[in-house]
Amino acid sequence: MTATAIRPPAAGEVSPPRRRLTPQRVVLHVFLAAVAIGWLFPILWAVLTSFRSYEYTATNGYVSLGGWTIDNYVTAWRQAEFGQHFLNSVYITVPAVLLTLFLASCVAFVIARFGWKLNLVLLGLFTAANLLPQQALLIPLFRLFTQVPLPAFMSDSELLYDSYWGLILINVAFQCGFCVFVLSNYMKALPRDLYEAAMVDGASVWRQYWQVTMPLCRPALAALATLEVTWIYNEFFWATVLMRTGDKFPVTSSLNNLRGEFFTDNNLVSAGSVLVAIPTLVIFFLLQRHFVRGLTLGASKG
Amino acid sequence: MSDLPLIQADRAVEPPAATTTTGGRGRRLRLLSRTDRVVITLMVLVPLLLVTALVWLPALATVLLSGTDWDGIGPLSDIDFVGGRNYSDVLTIYPPFLPAVRHNLLWLAVLFLLATPFGMFLAVLLDKELRGSRFYQTALYLPVVLSLALIGFVWQLIYSRDQGLLNAVLGTDTDWYGDPSVNIWAVMLASGWRHVGYIMLLYLAGLKGVDPSLREAAAVDGASEVKSFFRVVFPVMRPINIIVLVVTVIESLRAFDLVWVVNKGRNGLELLSALVTQNVVGEASRIGFGSALATIMLVVSLVFITIYLATVMRGEDR
Repeated sequence: MTATAIRPPAAGEVSPPRRRLTPQRVVLHVFLAAVAIGWLFPILWAVLTSFRSYEYTATNGYVSLGGWTIDNYVTAWRQAEFGQHFLNSVYITVPAVLLTLFLASCVAFVIARFGWKLNLVLLGLFTAANLLPQQALLIPLFRLFTQVPLPAFMSDSELLYDSYWGLILINVAFQCGFCVFVLSNYMKALPRDLYEAAMVDGASVWRQYWQVTMPLCRPALAALATLEVTWIYNEFFWATVLMRTGDKFPVTSSLNNLRGEFFTDNNLVSAGSVLVAIPTLVIFFLLQRHFVRGLTLGASKG
Repeated sequence: MSDLPLIQADRAVEPPAATTTTGGRGRRLRLLSRTDRVVITLMVLVPLLLVTALVWLPALATVLLSGTDWDGIGPLSDIDFVGGRNYSDVLTIYPPFLPAVRHNLLWLAVLFLLATPFGMFLAVLLDKELRGSRFYQTALYLPVVLSLALIGFVWQLIYSRDQGLLNAVLGTDTDWYGDPSVNIWAVMLASGWRHVGYIMLLYLAGLKGVDPSLREAAAVDGASEVKSFFRVVFPVMRPINIIVLVVTVIESLRAFDLVWVVNKGRNGLELLSALVTQNVVGEASRIGFGSALATIMLVVSLVFITIYLATVMRGEDR
């Protein structure tokens, strides 16, 4: 994603120009470095604080060095039952992302493959659904979720409310729109001859979708999967209002419960925060390319 | 994406079916086998039902409920329509409403007038061929991957009264998250911290899509860098500008996680989204108030969603 990869070198130069360091450039670098460090600072501060003992910082203040320890992590992990909450996040995120990508790619395929007038309405309905404020749907949804029964083997609440199923469904319904939008743009850019060739071979619509279109969409699917894992893992609102049992909360919304317990110990809060951030940071550093492409695919037309 | 070439291609492949002279739509459908038609229907219908049932019908129900006196518990048959009473009540006897509107507008103003231009400015700087550009970019959009709830906790380490960095450095004794005269600014700073990175990313992608020859032409004409940006590059990025505007409005309207984490949207941190939630899951559940507030949010968002759709779907039907 660096600029040099995109820009052709200026005319007459074969290799990328070796920049001389003009005073202007120095100022630019100093400014950007200062901003970048300023931007990283809150995160670095959290990491730093998480490795220091409460006793040390309580006596010496936070603007000091020393008191290094990893006890905060041990305590935070145990007190907040992070193991369970991480597992809950997995139970919700993995099925929700897979289902979102599957359903969205189905709709996107129909929109991109066929030129029906209704497709535009369909695309609008899905895309707009993703942009509505969640709170605007809360009241009827809350009522709906507390009325829909589930068999006991699916959820011990025996309701859609306070169940993983409910959270998975609402996340899928909400995230579908963005994926339909991105995927349909991506699919429209695929060469049409592919389908003609597939039709000569007598391929059914399903085979055209599954064996022709989907393999070609791998880059877009990878970008969306990265983005959706991050978003659904980070989702806070639905889990906060549609869950009740404390040990069923996914990690992000269980944070709010930690606050009371950790209120007086910021070092513990920071250790908890770092633990919660780790999965998204790992995704960010390993799959940064996909993450960035997913975001920009959504903004610029494919 | 026109429909026409495809139909002609199909005709070349399957002559008997395509010799009919009915309209385009009929012809297309006839080329599909019964199984294909069932498959297509299912591919659209299943996701559509899900989105309709969990997004669009609840949205509609919110609007309807805002005109009733339903208490949220009683049977639906007890509902009476009360017209605009909930709305007038919200305006007259619901003290947090006006602060919430003010805070939402302030939120929008700060994101739009400070965070967005700053993100754009950084994108312009980073768009130059710079060594270390990759590092700067990464640092700037790192907060974008963190949830806003988590960001609330990360900034608590800076804002907290007794253990926070800010008070330690400034020698003050302010509860930055708790004091109603400053906490909205503290929260908005944390929110802007994330927003800048997001905007920078969008504009960086937008700038890469701008034809370099445009800028070269401007430079040949003797336009300064600043001038060529505002006269040439910025207008060309119109679609991105509109998307960024809509994203900013929607984000300000949806702002919720951060204030909920701090104090559930009270005491200086009232936001429309938090008020709606308080009225549903809070101690005092007032469905009428909640729905009226939610409807206001819905209407505002739909205006901007329409602008967004008009922008991103331009030329789609051609």
